[in-house]
Amino acid sequence: MIGPLIPQGTIGSEWSNVSGLILGMGFGYVLESSGFSSSRKLAGVFYGYDFVVLKVFFTAAITAMVGLLYFSYLGWVDFSMIYINPTFVTSAIVGGVIMGLGFIMGGFCPGTSFCGAAIGKIDAMIFSLGMFVGIFLFSEAFPLFEKIYYGGPMGNSLVNEVLGMSKGVFALILIVVAVGAFMVATLVEKRVKKVDY
Amino acid sequence: MNTSSTEDRGKRYLNPYFGGFLLGLVLLATMFVTGRGLGASGAVKSTVVEAVNTVSPKHVEKSKYYSQFVSDDIHPMSNWLVFEVIGVLAGAFVSGALAGRLKFKIEHSPKITSRTRLVMALLGGLMFGLGSQFGRGCTSGAALSGMASLATSGFIAMMAIFGSAYMFAYFFRKFWI
Repeated sequence: MIGPLIPQGTIGSEWSNVSGLILGMGFGYVLESSGFSSSRKLAGVFYGYDFVVLKVFFTAAITAMVGLLYFSYLGWVDFSMIYINPTFVTSAIVGGVIMGLGFIMGGFCPGTSFCGAAIGKIDAMIFSLGMFVGIFLFSEAFPLFEKIYYGGPMGNSLVNEVLGMSKGVFALILIVVAVGAFMVATLVEKRVKKVDY
Repeated sequence: MNTSSTEDRGKRYLNPYFGGFLLGLVLLATMFVTGRGLGASGAVKSTVVEAVNTVSPKHVEKSKYYSQFVSDDIHPMSNWLVFEVIGVLAGAFVSGALAGRLKFKIEHSPKITSRTRLVMALLGGLMFGLGSQFGRGCTSGAALSGMASLATSGFIAMMAIFGSAYMFAYFFRKFWI
């Protein structure tokens, strides 16, 4: 097995930062050209006038997931070496709810605010600035949040194992759900009054 | 009139499914090369930790939160996200330049002033930054990359972020529509 390349030592770790720059450029390029530098376009998903977020996000997650499963099946990548973000249920839910509120207030998420800032959106620059403040406040007030932060630990949990199914079956179900969501979104988009932005 | 402006908009941006497919390939390449996904808020965290560490290393040492991210055996990927975000800025700039979208502006609904928009953007960014620490990542690092690697946390983050934004959408509608 050759992948993941840097953790396996297939290519040296001196390439790490270079890979970050190149892959980040791809990330930023695709986000911007999909329209993610516009807060009003992003907010459309929450009011039904533009579902670009849902379409891009779900398609990307599925493409990468299925690709990773194939790579793993073909022996190109060792799945056990892929980083699995640990699950702390309480913290993930609390964090998600706060982030959702931030999303609807600010119209961006961190990655998209960088894209907006890069093309001159001043609201995106201010949003990015707000993130620094928010992270600083969290870090300083950490003793207050510590209990929630470590709440509901499940370790490096995989969703298919929690649901008691194989990775492949889970991926298939997710694809069906996504296609259904795309169809519903397209219907809603047609019915909701257009918003000019 | 209305249809033609919608069509123009469609031409200006990538087809969303094609864009999503490309984004998926970038994410897959990232996991194949680094063993980790993409991210955004992590780079801000690294910068905050670094800044505080420069001003007051003692404070970082004492803090239970900061100290987790500064140690002797620094993970080789620890600054990866900072480079990645520099790449994001460059990539988005190139895309905006090619499409003729480079322009200083404050984008907001005609129903609110620029000032209101900026205040909301600041507060939104603040909340998102705070929440991303509980979530151990944001929409990119926790939700998108988490889902692609089948992490339970990724699916919880995705449902909580979007569920909460839908829940609060009604109260903030005048800022957008």
